[in-house]
Amino acid sequence: MLRENRSTEIEELLGHYPEKRAAMIPLLYMAQEEYGYLTPQAIKEVADILELDPTDVYGVARFYSLFYLEPVGKFVIRFCTDLPCALVGAEELYRYLLETLGLEEGGTTSDGIFTVQEAVCLASCGTAPVMQINFQYFEHLTREKLDEILALVRAQGLPPNGKGLRFAPRPQQQ
Amino acid sequence: MEQVYIVLRHREIPDIDQYETYVAHGGYEGLRVALEQAPDEVIELVKQSGLRGRGGAGFPAGVKWGFVPKDVFPKYLVCNFAEGEPGTFKDREIAEYNPHQLIEGIIIAAYAIQANTAYIYHRGEFTFAAQQLRRAIAAARAHGWLGEDIQGTGFTLNIYLHPEAGAYICGEETAQLSSIEGHLGQPRLKPPFPATHGLWQKPTVINNVETLTNLPMILRHGAEWYRQWGTERTPGTRVYCVSGHVVRPGNYELPASVTARELIFEHAGGIWKGHRLKAFIPGGMSAPLLTPEHLDVPLTYDDLAAAGSMGGSGGVIVLDDQTDIAWVIAKQVAFYKHESCGKCSPCREGTYWQKMLADRILSGQASRRDVELLKAVSDQMTNTCFCPLGEASRMVVQGAYKYFADELYQWVEERRRAVEPAAV
Repeated sequence: MLRENRSTEIEELLGHYPEKRAAMIPLLYMAQEEYGYLTPQAIKEVADILELDPTDVYGVARFYSLFYLEPVGKFVIRFCTDLPCALVGAEELYRYLLETLGLEEGGTTSDGIFTVQEAVCLASCGTAPVMQINFQYFEHLTREKLDEILALVRAQGLPPNGKGLRFAPRPQQQ
Repeated sequence: MEQVYIVLRHREIPDIDQYETYVAHGGYEGLRVALEQAPDEVIELVKQSGLRGRGGAGFPAGVKWGFVPKDVFPKYLVCNFAEGEPGTFKDREIAEYNPHQLIEGIIIAAYAIQANTAYIYHRGEFTFAAQQLRRAIAAARAHGWLGEDIQGTGFTLNIYLHPEAGAYICGEETAQLSSIEGHLGQPRLKPPFPATHGLWQKPTVINNVETLTNLPMILRHGAEWYRQWGTERTPGTRVYCVSGHVVRPGNYELPASVTARELIFEHAGGIWKGHRLKAFIPGGMSAPLLTPEHLDVPLTYDDLAAAGSMGGSGGVIVLDDQTDIAWVIAKQVAFYKHESCGKCSPCREGTYWQKMLADRILSGQASRRDVELLKAVSDQMTNTCFCPLGEASRMVVQGAYKYFADELYQWVEERRRAVEPAAV
């Protein structure tokens, strides 16, 4: 399915490297887009394209945290709780997010809409606390903004500009 | 000091991500200058500028290029855009808002080392930045700055984006090469160095986004112009990323010689909520923390090394006086334990023990012996880890103990009294 649906892209991609194996990560992303997560079938198709053993491909997929080996929701929320975000309240806010959605870390809502994961630094520490939803940034988070974002994404999906919602800086406290 | 925009030029020229705007402001002039010279002359100019790598190690860029053998082909350039050091968020701003200057810098560097293929290794999370870079590459190609026979010079270069997939270790240059080749992102033994045996065992240079983005301006204006800022050994500007307990967190591009005091208290507006400064981490989370007595240290690689820390990635994380050091250590070692790639046992097992002990101290269930043991484990990791990840994990703990060991002992004693009043 992967090979049929994305043949032009795959062919172009393989042309970027002197060895096929180097297309591993980009192909795993492509397979994840096609299947929603890396099913055994998806892994096998990637292995076939690269002429590798599926075990080999699985080993690489398992190393990286952005590859999902289990089903995930339509929107994957990755919430940063690393030191710079945690200094401005991210841990408390992350607990609030889990409570609001009634989830444990890594869980998916019963309607299949949201999966929540704790993320490592998202390189947005100047606008902390921060999270990504399907790789779009949502910055300067507060409880109110979290409620607002969840409702908005549930109703309308993600903003079409690919930039997420970058709220104005929080009021500065002196 | 005023901010100087060599890299963050979009702060003054909002639409600089558009090709036409970029060209109207001197875009691709630096590359034109480079292409009129021999590759060796470009390397020499960059050496004279003193430009140092902005990824973390601060190695002089021109010197790194000079290690590439002339007679081995193909050669590769990798732009390290795996920005993931907690407290660092400059490369993403550059790629998102000033993408053409990065692309121009990549072409200049590739020309200097005579690489015909360049990969931008970007974090998988950076989808908007990747979109901006793809647009910039397409525009550069359409105007003859990429592809075959660039501007009639006979030089050929293709730039490809290669996504990373969520592993901090892939910021380390040899792990990055393994990751691009499709293997687990684990570091390789050095030597041989990537300059001679990099991607597919061919000569490869890995440069950070900010480093490369400086190049067009250095080529356009010359080494002397660049050296008007900073110090003899750390010339130019740096983009300092300020986060944590300050009034105005954000990126500030300043002469590299700026002091922590000026950066934190003038540019970033001082400590929030009227609190006082307890400590600051000057070069991304992996740099050992410093205290208010170090506020007048200039934030250059050498000055910070002399003060017992490091310049690292330029991420300045500010901690106010309400912050518990036990909590900070627990956050730090949890990160390294999570991101340890598992290749070498000092890091894999060391970070495991560090996290267990730090969590126990934080929880109040620890004794003085646990505080001693966390230090002992960190000392045992010293100079035994395969790559800088494990070394960072022990350095941050050692750094915290240097100034706050008493606070940790006090912390466990107070909490033990609270937990076990009858036992005292």
